[in-house]
Amino acid sequence: MNIAGIILAAIMIGILGCFIGFFLGFAGIKFQVEVDEKESAINEALPGNNCGGCGFAGCSGLAAAIAKGDAPVNACPVGGEAVAKKIGEIIGVSVDQGKRMTAFIHCMGDCNKATTAYEYTGTKDCRMAKYVPGGGPKACDMGCIGFGTCVQECPFDAIRIVNGIAVVDKEACKACGKCIEVCPNHLISMIPYDAKYEVACKSKQKGQVTMKMCSIGCIACTLCERNCPCQAIKVDDNCASIDQDLCNGCGICAEKCPKKVIVKV
Amino acid sequence: MEGVKELLMILIGSSLVSNVVLSQFLGLCPFLGVSKKIKTAAGMGGAVIFVITLASGVAGIIYRFLLVTLGLEYLQTIVFILVIAALVQFVEMFLKKYMHSLYEALGVYLPLITTNCAVLGVALTNVQKKYGIWKGITNGFATAVGFLIAIVILAGIREKTEYNDVPEAFQGMPIVLISAGLMSIAFFGFSGLHW
Repeated sequence: MNIAGIILAAIMIGILGCFIGFFLGFAGIKFQVEVDEKESAINEALPGNNCGGCGFAGCSGLAAAIAKGDAPVNACPVGGEAVAKKIGEIIGVSVDQGKRMTAFIHCMGDCNKATTAYEYTGTKDCRMAKYVPGGGPKACDMGCIGFGTCVQECPFDAIRIVNGIAVVDKEACKACGKCIEVCPNHLISMIPYDAKYEVACKSKQKGQVTMKMCSIGCIACTLCERNCPCQAIKVDDNCASIDQDLCNGCGICAEKCPKKVIVKV
Repeated sequence: MEGVKELLMILIGSSLVSNVVLSQFLGLCPFLGVSKKIKTAAGMGGAVIFVITLASGVAGIIYRFLLVTLGLEYLQTIVFILVIAALVQFVEMFLKKYMHSLYEALGVYLPLITTNCAVLGVALTNVQKKYGIWKGITNGFATAVGFLIAIVILAGIREKTEYNDVPEAFQGMPIVLISAGLMSIAFFGFSGLHW
């Protein structure tokens, strides 16, 4: 039992530990970075799931931007009005009401309605299927391919594949916009939560061609355009589209549509 | 000339022949955890190079001038851990203040590396093989480069297999582990390099 050795070892480690402790403490003070109090408070108020829907790098990124004034207090689509109000209180700014938005997929060509051009046994990913000749197994290459890339992308589980096409659950959707970026056919767009009707097709093909490919595609007959009392719906490039800012939700277009491609949202 | 040749041999040896992940099986945690995308893997690899090179240098100095002079070589494990943890803390503080963009880029990986057994492994290997301070630093650098090579290759493989039809039983970790195992076997080909 070499007591001297044990004591020496203990002293050595003790001194080393103390030295490191002082060194780190000193360095901590010397390398102090100023933390903005408001920024941490804002970060606490944000939902914290880092979806990136605001366009910044996660919740801490948005908190920094709001504290600096680079972003409005209602920039978080997930937190919505409640969070915007809280952040407004922290900064001392009054909040103007933002409209709640939701995603909408402009295609209803599911397995029963759309014709299939060929049997596809490749990778079940919409983006990959887009590169295949014909743009996917469905005859219409501008429709929903239905392999669920948007479903995977959605951080809130708001999209489901039903009978071969993707469908958005309005209630669950937090309008973060990730599905919009990832759809290879650009079929998803952001519409107001309160919107009443939408056109469920984006096919730019001539009416006759569309009819052969899908029984619920827009044939650009312009019956809707001619009957709309607010001039909210226009047929452009062989497909109808509704300007939600002008639409009053009367539903006349949906009644007149022979293909029933204008649906209640 | 002799010295340079030895350093060169250490460089090739530690990065390829006895690759820290694929031959020594150290640092598997970040290797499997941070290899989903090539970009993050490269970031992790870069951070590891930075920390291991510094750590092996500091550990080497402490070993030579503190432990050996006091005859306390048997305390190397404890002392190395202490030093490495402190060093990473210090580096994080320094980066946060003076190189903020680099801190943001590496940010979350830095604490991850502290508990990475590869760092301690290198420090202990330097002692075991009786490398001096300079050879120790070279060994550390080469080891970390080997880690970077391994993790980036695995990330590349994982990015490709993401679009493949993996059988359900193999989805997730199983196929990654099998890929890593195959990589390890492939790297055994390097053991034929004699000197």
